[in-house]
This record gives sequence, C-alpha cells and structure tokens, in this order.
Amino acid sequence: MNIVVLVKQVPDSGAERTLSADNTVERASANNVINEMDEYAIEEALKIKEAHGGEVTVLTMGPAGATESIRKALSMGPDKAVHVSDDALHGSCAVATSKVLAEALKTLNADLIIAGAESTDGRVQVMPHMLAERLGVAALTGARKLTVDGSQLTVERQTDEGYEVVTAATPAVVSVWDTINEPRYPSFKGIMAAKKKPVQALTLADLGISADEVGAAGATSAVLEFAPRPPRSAGTKVTDEGDGGAQLVAYLATEKFV
Amino acid sequence: MAEVLVVVENGVKKVTLEMLTIARGLGDVSAVVFGEADTAKLGEYGAAKVYVASGDDVDGYLVAPKAAVLADLVREKQPAAVLLASTQEGKEIAGRLAVKLDNGLLTDAVEVAADGTATQAVFAGSGIVKSKVTKGLPIVTIRPNSVTPVAAAATPAVEQLTVAVSDADKLTKVVERVVEQKGSRPELTEAGIVVSGGRGVGNADNFKLVEELADLLGGAVGASRAAVDSGFYPHQFQVGQTGKTVSPQLYVALGISGAIQHRAGMQTSKTIVAVNKDPEAPIFELADYGVVGDLFKIVPQAADEIRKRK
Repeated sequence: MNIVVLVKQVPDSGAERTLSADNTVERASANNVINEMDEYAIEEALKIKEAHGGEVTVLTMGPAGATESIRKALSMGPDKAVHVSDDALHGSCAVATSKVLAEALKTLNADLIIAGAESTDGRVQVMPHMLAERLGVAALTGARKLTVDGSQLTVERQTDEGYEVVTAATPAVVSVWDTINEPRYPSFKGIMAAKKKPVQALTLADLGISADEVGAAGATSAVLEFAPRPPRSAGTKVTDEGDGGAQLVAYLATEKFV
Repeated sequence: MAEVLVVVENGVKKVTLEMLTIARGLGDVSAVVFGEADTAKLGEYGAAKVYVASGDDVDGYLVAPKAAVLADLVREKQPAAVLLASTQEGKEIAGRLAVKLDNGLLTDAVEVAADGTATQAVFAGSGIVKSKVTKGLPIVTIRPNSVTPVAAAATPAVEQLTVAVSDADKLTKVVERVVEQKGSRPELTEAGIVVSGGRGVGNADNFKLVEELADLLGGAVGASRAAVDSGFYPHQFQVGQTGKTVSPQLYVALGISGAIQHRAGMQTSKTIVAVNKDPEAPIFELADYGVVGDLFKIVPQAADEIRKRK
C-alpha cells in the first residue's frame, strides 16, 4: 500500500506562542517541533506497511526550516519525504493550503493518506475533509482504530455519545487521534538512516499553482488584530487544615454556584 | 435583511441556541436541520425559517452529503453568513463547504459582529484575534459557551429540502453508531460547570468521587490526559490540547497539576477552583480559589457540605 503521511511543523505548544507583525503565526523565533498528533499518524502508517507491505512517504508544506521536522519524521521509519516550500506560501489560509497539498498528493498517487486529527497551532481540524473534497476520495476522520483489509478501510471514531464505525474503500484520507497507538521512538540507526533518505523539494511552479492563489495574496480570510489574553492571576490559596472542603463550598456559595 | 443560515446537528443543543442568538445580529435567521427538526425550540430562539434535510442519504454517510446539501442551499439563497457549531462535525462540514464554494472560513469564534468580523480564541486560549472572511460569505464555526442564549419568539416556516447527493459524497459509510454512557449529565463542552479529575485521583474507581461532586453541582465530568492515559476515565471526557476545549462558568480541577496540555483546554473558564496536594502545582497559578491538601478528605467534605446546604 502506498501511504502518504501529512506532517506539519508547529511552534512548541509548551512554549509561548504569538503572531508576527503581519498577523501570521510567529515561526521564525519559535521552538518548532513536529506536530504531536502527526507522530501517531506516522506510527499508524508504519504499522500498516509492516503488516501489508508498501511504502510510506512524508508530505510537509512549510518553510525551509521544516526540514528538521521532516528528518525527525523520517527517523521513525518512513521511506522518503516530499517538502513543498515556497516563499509565496507564507500566510496561506486553510483553503489555499488544502489546494497546495491536494496538488502535491496528486503527484504521489497514494492509496492511503494519513493525518493527525488536528495541529496544535491552528486546531482547525478541517484539512482531511478539505483534501478529500478536492481529491474526490473518502475521508474517515478522528480514528481511534483503523483496520485495513485489502482495499477496505474500517475506522472506529470517538463521538460525544460513544463511538461510530465508518467504512470506505481506498483511496482515502484517514485522520487519527492520539488514542490510536503509541508512537515509537526513533532508534539511533533510524536517526542515521533518516539523514540519507530522499527528500524531494517541490515549489508552487512544480505544482502548477500561481503565487497569487496562495499566501496573503490568495488568502480567503484575514486576521485584523491580535492580542494576548491578559494572564490569569492566581486567586486565594488555602491549605487544608481539616475544613478545606467546607471552605471550598463557602467560596462556591459566594460565587453562587451552590 | 439578508438571510443567515444556522446549521443544526444532532438535535437542538445549547450551542444551537447560542448560534441563533448570534445570527439574529447578522440577519434573518434560518435554521438548517439535518434529521429531526425541533421547530418549536428553534422558533423560540428566533428562527424565522427551518430548512429540513433528512433521509438515509444524509444520515448514512460522514459529513460529505451534509456539505453538499448546504452548498446547494447557499448557492440558491445567497445568505449573508453561515454559522455552524465548532464541533468535529461542524468544522468538517464547514471545511468541505469552504472548498466547494472556494470561500474563506473561520473556526472557534466566540463572537461575530454585524459586519461579519469574528472574535476567535487562539493558541489554546492564550490569545484573541479578530478575523474576517475576505473571499465569499462568512462561514464561521461557533464555540459552545460563547454567549448566553436569548429567546426571541418566531413562528418558523418549515421547508423540506430535496436531497440530491451524488455518489462522490457517499464514499464513507456509517455502519454503526454506538451510544455509551449517555447519562443525565450535561455534555462536556456545553456544561456550565465542569468537574475534572487528574492523576491525583489515583484510579478508575476513585473517579466516583469526581462524579459525585459533578452531580451535586449539576456539572459534567472531565479528565486530564494523565488520568485518561492511565485508564481512569474514557477518552471522550479528556480536557486539554488533544481533547476537548471547555469554557464553563466554573471549572473544578481535582488532583490535576495543570500541565500546559491541560491548561490549553480549560484556561478560558470563567472561574477556576483547584484541589491539589502539591502547593507548587501550576494549576494554582490560574485558580481563583485553591485548596492545598488531600482531595480524598477535601472532596467528600465538600460534597457533604453541599448536601447540607441543599
């Protein structure tokens, strides 16, 4: 099975994040890491390859610095990577991003496209369905379990009430939650091997997309202003000396919660 | 005034009423219902029209048919805006709709101004942006617990939509829907009060304590990632970066240290109360009221105290 995994480099969600002067996510000064959920997508792809054979390709759209996350992804075991990078892509909205990724995917002929359910920077969750819409393939999103039987895919997905089981035939886009598996750690051998794995660079011209369809010029939405939320200040802290529970309820009563 | 479409999924939820309330500031409100329509309730909150799309073609497949029906409706009615809930399904429909119409979209809005400018919480609630769709009409998803629903009676005209869905939208079939533990508790993302337990709760059995306090307060139960990963509580109740984002009036954190992963899902809560045995736990940095001590003593005492006051 020919599997493509979507990998995004994001600013570390554990550190302070902000927008730059042009109201795009500040990536230059941020501590950039591989989007956590994408590691589960890579793991799932590797497991399917191990069970059914095939090839795993990492696809990333991002600035030159995203190479670091691509190598990290490859060190887990995928065979190769494709890096779509172009200065004109800076500030692209989700709609334009889906156009670029869809064009890149068309060059890869994937049977199965696996993505993390969301990125920690945007948390928009729309990319898998946007890609499925553009490629005319099935989308099975939010998987906590994926079963591959020939060309038939079965996904168990969490819902608010419980779960549902959905099925589709390949080609398809599957997005996964972090409940689906436990990603492997790259081995030393894997890290060394990743340095030699092929990374194909693609530009907008390669994909036949013009610069004004993407980036700030082609954006379908614009950020007008950004402000950090005023930090919460710590309130009252008491130490329990036998009446902590009663004190807690007294506080809740003054706030009219009980 | 132009028409504003409000997409209603899985029955009328609180977020539906919030959307209807926001939509009234943007134009004449029309609800779009997939499945059974509670027309009376929608009318109570100002829906002048209710479009209903139902049948196996809508129900039997993942989101694509809904997006197709909605795209046809938008092309026909040319509404001023489309509002959807910021749930997984709402966002997915919005994403497909945006691609179909080559239109911008904004997710996780907490407010939409009359000119379509949306206020969004970003970076897990640590930043606020104002954004606008610059191509096409505003397609905006609304976060639950963003506004207080306000009733405004209307008698809606009901219009049944013709569902013409192509095979291309029927690629992903829903073969089974399993309902687990649907209790009397409010839904996590919509609840006014959320009581969550973390690693400090110790084991699955002890979560009864968290549930008991939640029930006494009329709230929903949540769990930190550490608690879910340890198997104390099911994943659909996870609050945090890789779980649900909640924004209740009151958030009670029991035995939760307050790692960034967890804060990302709850720091926009109005009032935060924490119980933790570690006085240095980061959760106290954002708690309006914190009790340092043993939750197994404090929580039962609090529960008794609430019962006494009832």
